[in-house]
Amino acid sequence: MIAHIFADLCNGCQACVSACPTHVLDPGEAGGPPVIARLDQCQTCFMCELYCPQDAIFVGPDQTRAETIDPVAIKASGLLGQMRRDHIWDAPPGDLAPLSEYWKLGPYLMGGAQIAAERYARKHK
Amino acid sequence: MSPLDLETDVLIIGGGMAACWAAIGAARAGAEVVLVDKGFVGTSGVTATAGPGHWWVPPDPALRAAAIEKRHQAAFGLSERIWAERVLETTWRTLPQLAAYYPFSRDGSGNTYYPGVRGPEYLRALRHCALDLGVRILDHHPALELLTHADGAVAGAAGYARLARRPWTIRAAACVLATGGCAFRSGLIGSHTNTGDGYLMGAEAGADLSGMEFSTIYTLSPAWCSTRTLPYPAARFFDAAGAELDIPPPMADRAHHRALAKAMLEGPVFADLSEAPEALKPILRRIQPATIAPFERRGVRLFEDRFEVKLFGEGTVRGTGGLRIVDDDCQTTVHGLFAAGDAATRELVVGASSGGGSPNSAWALTSGQLGGAAAARLARSEGRRAGERAFARGRAGLRPAGAARDVDERAAIGVVKDEMLSYDKAFWKRRASLEASQLLLDGVWAEIAGHRGAEGLDQVAARETASLVATARWSTRAALVRTETRGLHGRADAPDLSPGGARRLLVGGLDTVWSRFETPAVGALLAEAAA
Repeated sequence: MIAHIFADLCNGCQACVSACPTHVLDPGEAGGPPVIARLDQCQTCFMCELYCPQDAIFVGPDQTRAETIDPVAIKASGLLGQMRRDHIWDAPPGDLAPLSEYWKLGPYLMGGAQIAAERYARKHK
Repeated sequence: MSPLDLETDVLIIGGGMAACWAAIGAARAGAEVVLVDKGFVGTSGVTATAGPGHWWVPPDPALRAAAIEKRHQAAFGLSERIWAERVLETTWRTLPQLAAYYPFSRDGSGNTYYPGVRGPEYLRALRHCALDLGVRILDHHPALELLTHADGAVAGAAGYARLARRPWTIRAAACVLATGGCAFRSGLIGSHTNTGDGYLMGAEAGADLSGMEFSTIYTLSPAWCSTRTLPYPAARFFDAAGAELDIPPPMADRAHHRALAKAMLEGPVFADLSEAPEALKPILRRIQPATIAPFERRGVRLFEDRFEVKLFGEGTVRGTGGLRIVDDDCQTTVHGLFAAGDAATRELVVGASSGGGSPNSAWALTSGQLGGAAAARLARSEGRRAGERAFARGRAGLRPAGAARDVDERAAIGVVKDEMLSYDKAFWKRRASLEASQLLLDGVWAEIAGHRGAEGLDQVAARETASLVATARWSTRAALVRTETRGLHGRADAPDLSPGGARRLLVGGLDTVWSRFETPAVGALLAEAAA
């Protein structure tokens, strides 16, 4: 669930308020960080991180309960903005790099399923 | 803030891929289009958080025929080949048109790779394409109810803008419901807003549903967070004592999930991904970044540590039921009301089997395109009728039949989750357990329809709860009436196909739920069409 908004990094643009598909956030005071108003509606989808241009919001890994984090440790961990970097979300239009490996999804899904099928067949022959 | 009142040719309700393709289809057909979504078009729904593969077969007659036949054979007699043909052709022609907005990359052979797209990038592309075509997108404008004319035709919708905190009413000549399926609040990623709103709004306006018994389907994820599933197919499974479980492989489909469910009913189950394809391990982050995060942030090494897993229910998201489609334009039984994507039944293409994965995505694109274009044509031929009186059709959660009082909403949702998602009830359905579920769900419905009133923002939650309960009641009724095992619908007390069972099962109704098998059956309809 959304665990923390870093007030020192947030520029108050409210992009996360708009991007959150489940209305977890309310807009903050003018220019200030948004308010986590309905955490029970957070589905841990990480979309707010993807849409935050400041890397100022951090989603914890557990969707079943509220999480407290150590903001200093999270900043030091390098995890802020990880989702945006992994997606190469800000690549210029037409740049094929962000999705260059994406076609492999199908073959690897199938590959994994075959590994399991062969293992099961060996065991039950 | 003062209420928002608009009129338009076509109103699209929903914000996922089906809604976007419907908006694009209607706009390209020349209509003025408004799209309202509960959340944000780009992040809303189960596609945005996933990576849909579209059913994709080149227009070679032999290849197409083989693909259609294979799918038809797996549909347990409830699909129609003509729909598969339509879906393949529309998808093949349409998806590449998004190239100005989505960076279709190359596959391993240097060809442009179209069928598989990553959710956030795909929905962002669809949003921009729709905006460039002049679609007016209203994010965070959940629809609460449909409006109809005195003659029963759809007249628009009303809702509540949850960021602006004001009611809205939009009159339209035609509406497309593309509100997604219902995962019964299982926690499935992306599905929190997929509460079956479109089913309830449609049913209130007079639409039928079909295939709601085919709602038993699950997806595997770490117990603490639902993710996409690329790393899991090769998993080995262990019990709490560290003994390896004998689980049939994912290719065994239903047997795989039933064995996992049986083990989970006995105790926690742990997955070990060390045997996943070696070449996947270093590049998973480049394919499914959001699948890594719940592990990395919890300090679990995905391919090395054993971790607890559970099954997240998908309901009608990867099940096949939804609003009944009665013509080639994806129209429902309500004049001017079209259904697209998971809001519609997908039996036309996949019958009693899941369309999860590529057929569902191709269906969402196709039904959106067909429904959107047909809505535009209807707007042109019949006009907006905006001066005529329209009737608000919403009841449960908006206009209680009795005195409004506090209703325990958490408890109501708890009943839905228990009855629809519990592994024992879902995988081993029996008459007695289904009747018990029906009784409980009817009680919850009576409470909500009778007494749940709401104002302002609270209306959104009230309608979500009403929709969840209504969807659960239709699914349970259909599961009770179909006394056989067919595709996704399994009855422990009727484990075989029934000889006369290759008929679609329609359900509907609000205070009193009804069901009837569609007549004539699919085969007879097709024979009639061919004659």
